[in-house]
Amino acid sequence: MIWDLHCHLAGLPGRTPEERMARLMELADRMGIERLCLYMGLEFVVRPTPEQLRRQNDEVLQALAHWHDRAYGFCYVSGEHVDASLEEIERCVAEGPMVGIKLWVARRCSDAALDSIVARATELGAVVFQHTWFKQDGTQLAGESTPLDLATLAVRHPQAILVCGHTGGLWELGIRAVRAHPNIYVDLAGSDPTRGMVEMAVRELGAQRVLYGSDAPGRSFASQLGKVLAAEITAQQRQLILGANLRRLLGPILRAKGREA
Amino acid sequence: MADRPLIDTNVYLFRWPFRRVTVDEPAALVRLLEEQGVVQAWAGSLEGVFDRDVSGVNQRLAAVCAAYPHLLAPMGSLNLALPDWQDDLRRCHELYGMRGVRLHPNYHGYTLDAPAVRALWEAAAQLSLVVQVVALLEDERTQAPACAVPHVALAPLLDHMRAVPQARVQVLNAQRALRPGEAEELAAAGVAFDLATVEGAGGVGSLVERIGPQRLLFGSFQPLFYFESARLKLRESSLGAWAEEQICVENARRLLAAA
Ligand SMILES: [Zn+2]
Repeated sequence: MIWDLHCHLAGLPGRTPEERMARLMELADRMGIERLCLYMGLEFVVRPTPEQLRRQNDEVLQALAHWHDRAYGFCYVSGEHVDASLEEIERCVAEGPMVGIKLWVARRCSDAALDSIVARATELGAVVFQHTWFKQDGTQLAGESTPLDLATLAVRHPQAILVCGHTGGLWELGIRAVRAHPNIYVDLAGSDPTRGMVEMAVRELGAQRVLYGSDAPGRSFASQLGKVLAAEITAQQRQLILGANLRRLLGPILRAKGREA
Repeated sequence: MADRPLIDTNVYLFRWPFRRVTVDEPAALVRLLEEQGVVQAWAGSLEGVFDRDVSGVNQRLAAVCAAYPHLLAPMGSLNLALPDWQDDLRRCHELYGMRGVRLHPNYHGYTLDAPAVRALWEAAAQLSLVVQVVALLEDERTQAPACAVPHVALAPLLDHMRAVPQARVQVLNAQRALRPGEAEELAAAGVAFDLATVEGAGGVGSLVERIGPQRLLFGSFQPLFYFESARLKLRESSLGAWAEEQICVENARRLLAAA
């Protein structure tokens, strides 16, 4: 069973969300990926306005329409627009089909401005996915979180289900930065398939806290899946990482929506 | 695991100074490659990235490869910033019978428009040696601060290929170093690539659409990347049997074939 935590529509061929989703699923099928999580719209928008957040989420809702049995949406929100984000969470998660929220690079997640967003997502049982990177080449954006920002957030929200996107990119640092916070899970997506990444994550965090994701279509499903399939870990640990952990995390919110997990 | 024979054009022996991995001992690496159905591995030396005694580096590389002659084809290290690199080239060819050399211009502090590069193109073409240019060894965003290097700018290769059209050239780990449209230009000029760093969903397929199936070679970037990440890209892109055969075996054979 393979569930992919981290997919997008931007970068795929196709004019409409439906066309792009069909292409994404065709590739996922080749790799044996049964279900996937999808966030953000046809274009990447780094600092979305409230209108752009709504449009991006509408595009995901449109893409999901024919794929509710295999795809789950995360609602794109921004620490720069807290009220609009809370409205989007009501529309897309509380009253809509989405099961998580996606925070990207508009505002660092250690900022207290994000507290009401994370608190509402946690009330709903939604997974909070935060992009993180530790960039060594001076290209860190002003609003781009590191795993240390997420660790700060985790202290204020011990009940939240927090995902450390990309394991911070520089995973040797990312894993250390979140190690002490049991409600932070790491996303393996969106970095080179560097040998040792999965083994270190399992050793330091336990396999229960490690989630397979690809960051397709920016990354190859294959290169990212190869990290988990080739890692020197047990078959049981591999199962947890490839899908069982994500299924467990999404179980409560899916059941609350009357959907099978 | 092994479903088709592979020639892996992007393999290194020895250790990467910033990370220990389980297969950085030659015996373990050879076992892994054999399990994966690799029938020939073009093996460079990670020592050659950092050690200025390139003659010693190549001696050790040749010695290990000689212990696994059915599998390991050594690709000698050359540092074109060192005096008398020409004699290292001569030794790679005459003393060790190597079929190619591997360059790391960013780690050695020169660019591809340096005069020595043209001189190497001419000398290697004379000897029918393959030249592998490694565009990067690590994403610039994750490099250790004490050892951060830019990706290799590949544009000067076009002039070298025009001047020495019989040159046999492959760029390894190219993806992050390529400007839009550059892969097409270089491929048209005769440059080949490997797929270890090719990314994007169906990324190998879209690269093949742009450069054709005869300019891309299988490469896994052992021991630093997970092997399956390279192999699974072939399944993801579903290229058809003929194109896969070119990428997995035939293009490499052709590049290495005696002139
Ligand atoms: Zn992403």
